[in-house]
Amino acid sequence: MEEKYIALNQLPTGAFGRVRQLAAKDSTRRRMLDLGLICDTVVEALRQSPSGDPTAYQIRGAVIALRSEEASQILVEMVESA
Amino acid sequence: MGLTQQSTGLGVLKDSLPSEAKSAGDLIIALAGNPNTGKSTVFNSLTGLNQHTGNWPGKTVTNARGKYSHQGKDFTLVDLPGTYSLFANSAEEEIARDFICFGQPHATVVVTDATCLERNLNLVLQVMEITDKVVVCVNLADEAKRKNLNINFALLSEALGVPVVETSARDGTGLTELKDAVYRVATGQARTKPLRITYDSDVEQAVGSVLPLVEQTVAGKINPRWAALRLIDNDASLLNALNRFVGIDIKASPNLNAKLVLVQEELRAANIRPDEIRDRIVSRLVKRAEAIAGKTVFVGNKHYNNFDRKLDNIVTSRHWGIPIMLGLLGLVFWITIKGANFPSEVIANGLFRLEEHLTALFQAYHWPDWLHGILVLGMYRTLAWVISVMLPPMAIFFPLFTLLEDLGYLPRVAFNLDNFFKKACAHGKQALTMCMGFGCNAAGIIACRIIDSPRERLIAMLTNNFVPCNGRFPTLIALASIFIAAAAGPFRSAAAALTILGVIVLGVLITLAISSLLSRTVLKGLPSSFTLELPPYRKPQLGRIIVRSILDRTLFVLGRAITVAAPAGLIVWLMDNVTSGSTSLLGHCAAFLHPFASWLGLDGYILTAFILGFPANEIVLPILIMSYLSTGSMLELDSLTALRELLVANGWTWLTAVCTMLFSLNHFPCGTTILTIHKETRSAKWTLLSFLVPTIVGVLLCFIVAQSARLLGLA
Repeated sequence: MEEKYIALNQLPTGAFGRVRQLAAKDSTRRRMLDLGLICDTVVEALRQSPSGDPTAYQIRGAVIALRSEEASQILVEMVESA
Repeated sequence: MGLTQQSTGLGVLKDSLPSEAKSAGDLIIALAGNPNTGKSTVFNSLTGLNQHTGNWPGKTVTNARGKYSHQGKDFTLVDLPGTYSLFANSAEEEIARDFICFGQPHATVVVTDATCLERNLNLVLQVMEITDKVVVCVNLADEAKRKNLNINFALLSEALGVPVVETSARDGTGLTELKDAVYRVATGQARTKPLRITYDSDVEQAVGSVLPLVEQTVAGKINPRWAALRLIDNDASLLNALNRFVGIDIKASPNLNAKLVLVQEELRAANIRPDEIRDRIVSRLVKRAEAIAGKTVFVGNKHYNNFDRKLDNIVTSRHWGIPIMLGLLGLVFWITIKGANFPSEVIANGLFRLEEHLTALFQAYHWPDWLHGILVLGMYRTLAWVISVMLPPMAIFFPLFTLLEDLGYLPRVAFNLDNFFKKACAHGKQALTMCMGFGCNAAGIIACRIIDSPRERLIAMLTNNFVPCNGRFPTLIALASIFIAAAAGPFRSAAAALTILGVIVLGVLITLAISSLLSRTVLKGLPSSFTLELPPYRKPQLGRIIVRSILDRTLFVLGRAITVAAPAGLIVWLMDNVTSGSTSLLGHCAAFLHPFASWLGLDGYILTAFILGFPANEIVLPILIMSYLSTGSMLELDSLTALRELLVANGWTWLTAVCTMLFSLNHFPCGTTILTIHKETRSAKWTLLSFLVPTIVGVLLCFIVAQSARLLGLA
């Protein structure tokens, strides 16, 4: 079965995604890792800002807002729930 | 930092990075932790230093030290910047890491958030890799209880191998136990056995092959295993730090260097790229943290986050998010204006009655007129005015603002406004520094430290002044009340609040516009990355906040009035009464500035008042009033109606009021702010620019508005 990976910023509100790959490099990548965005972490897309960007995600018990530029560099696989 | 007596006004200039004063015999304790864990509250509670705490990440951005004594020993507590990790991604993380590693504290306390333990354990594990002498403080126990989260502390302590203390620093519980644990660890009475994290075989093999040489090179100065891991990970900042703090130059040891190169090649041969090593290390730590949290934290209610979610869904919603924001801001202003009216009047009456007594005293003793002039008419009057006009609004606004801060609302503001800042090529956290600027622009400048990128930090600093600080509110409120709200009759307070809100919104729009301009001209560049944590809402401690903030503000205003307003009043009186020819110095000055001022819809006295008001914005209006009074128009000033008459008698129209308000919003920062900017940027160029940018904007805006109004025949 082929798994389709989507960018985190394409994850619809309310959906869950399991982190599969980080396309970011250098300090952005390190920051993401430190926040817990390692492989297999399940994140939930909570809501978008009134102006559309950034989006708030539930990551390992904390709520972190990411701009779509950053979120687009995180590849996830959609899953049912946490 | 927050808006406290120490962090606003001249307080910001006190060097917050203290000197190396280590009293012999003092035990040094480092205080580390994620942002927003109540670390500052723990710090305050232990040391008694009055540092304000708010509820958004990145608040504590400098080291601070405090002392306490326990069981006969003296402790120096060093409050490190809040960081998510010690991998030195940013200056703050570097500071924290350097202190824990090279500052040789006798113990390190890691403050964690009981409601978010898993994420916090990441830092705990990292600290434990550097040093054995660790005490874990699980704070916000009251919040965890409220959310039905139970932690098995005995099991946690066993799993980590270090003492774990449960605290609720806000309530003061658990602090004695914390001091006990710190005492035992720092004095060596308790031997800790911190958990050793082992990584996957490739990493461990690499560590194993460099370890002997590393041990030799560091010679016991730092933990060799930790150093080996960082060297394999290519951590350049650690190499620098090693050189700087303990004089170990890795590059100068050829054997070690060669070994490192060899190890890197071996890893590459095993298909492991250099950046992958970091991935593996962090993943292992995160997974370990997950496992430990899974064993020790019991979630009583799976939906403990629901309230926060629901509230956020409303407060940052598409349709209601921004209106709610504006509404809250308007409400805060309305409460400030309405609430300040009565106290202002009472204080003014009291102080001016006192003035009459003082004058009678002078007359009774036949003291010279000029002395009466200097002391009573100059210094005392200005002082009285500033206190009666400034104190009530500040004593209301600051607690309200602090309430919002403690609640955790401010990051939501940044969340709502980030997109606008991104479009201006600025950083979303600028919304937060802007909010701080409402209280005090100097504090807002310091707050800019939460922005990592130097370019975006400069933009935030240069535009901070477009948000009116508390010193300018009374001027804006008075003018709005007199000229604009007068027509609104019974809805005066509401109309005044709305006008102020409008002025603020204008200030925000100008901030965005100028930020955009700056990022396309002198501060060119692309937006940096942006991650913002939205911490859980916390129940603010109403009573404590209100009492402490009011006391704090009262002291601040009184202090400022004495140190700034009174001398300024003296100078103005002198300028007013020292004549050269047939006019006073003040008159000369006003006459000189008048032509230019009238282009801007102002007059010479107004411009002079702004210039003389450079030390502190709150003295602008008193200076202006004094100048007008001396022109013989009125003898007494005891109400807004009287003020209105005074202004109108001196040629004021609605246009003058509007232009004065515009100029108040857009003019050079006050003296303290300029000094702060210079201290933060260490550059004369940017300080000068911070002076010029708002002034030029103000001049242009006033010019356009004044001339257009006149051309259109409106004034």
